[in-house]
Amino acid sequence: MARRARLVGQGVAIGLVALLFALLTWSLLTDEGGTLAAQANRGERPTAPDFTLERLDEEGDLQLSSFEGKAVVVNFWASWCIPCKDEAPFLEELWRDNRDRDLVVLGLDSRDFRADARRFADRFGLTFPLAYDGPGDEASRFGVTGYPETFVIDREGRVVAAFKGGVDGDDVRPRLLEAIDEALET
Amino acid sequence: MIRAAALALVIVALATGSAFAAPPNAADLEAELVCPVCETTLDQSNAPVAERMKTFIRVRIAAGDSEQEIKDALVAQFGSEVLAEPPGGGFGLLAWLLPLAGLVGGAIAIGLLIRRWSRRGPPEGPSEEKLDPELERLVDDELARFDG
Repeated sequence: MARRARLVGQGVAIGLVALLFALLTWSLLTDEGGTLAAQANRGERPTAPDFTLERLDEEGDLQLSSFEGKAVVVNFWASWCIPCKDEAPFLEELWRDNRDRDLVVLGLDSRDFRADARRFADRFGLTFPLAYDGPGDEASRFGVTGYPETFVIDREGRVVAAFKGGVDGDDVRPRLLEAIDEALET
Repeated sequence: MIRAAALALVIVALATGSAFAAPPNAADLEAELVCPVCETTLDQSNAPVAERMKTFIRVRIAAGDSEQEIKDALVAQFGSEVLAEPPGGGFGLLAWLLPLAGLVGGAIAIGLLIRRWSRRGPPEGPSEEKLDPELERLVDDELARFDG
């Protein structure tokens, strides 16, 4: 009887460990975005997930694949995010200075009220295309873990580089510009 | 006839009950929803977005929305992370099931241990087995030698 109880206990313990291991494996395998940023920064060029989202700046939808042939800077932001406020003027400047070079800046607002997002865009005079990713489904697919995060996508829809945090700092800005040049050269 | 009337009464009671259900309580909702900035419940946050969410809740309550409708509207805009309690389906279900499984597993383990201990006999006393007579004689001789 004691032997049987011990066997049952061991079976339960092994089952629990197996369940935790399965959960860990599942989490790692489905963590596409995390690998997306990691792959991009390792020099691989993973394909960016396509999306179609409601526009914030005008009527209609915005689809990533409709920009194929151009380099795209996808910036995930939220109106309540303080570093997003800091980098907003820089992103606007980036868009104005490079739109003639076939560069598109896309702002995807997540986990936010639409009205707050529009107010944010007005406050910072944002003129680049903005879309609303309310519950953050696309942010999750890109593996965004905090705001802001920025992805540079080449003309063929592949991610060249990913940046966690603001991109307006003196240390990040040159790397972003280098990634944009690389994306445009494709 | 009586049965049909009783059934009708029950249906009317249920219908009026749901129609006149108490409106959701803002304080309760604020304790069940999470601010995306500080990741504490709304009632413990004074971040601007938390204040906006509190205002949203009050406006929706005034508009006659149910608790679930308000939560659904916030989840549509802020994602399921806005819920303080994990959702009861999909991966979130594990957050409910794992602690329960742990409790059940622990109860089973304790039950098995108690059963095992209760089946054990009383502790063994000193052995009543007789010594070999020859050995006993030798021991007596040795003891007598010491006494002498």
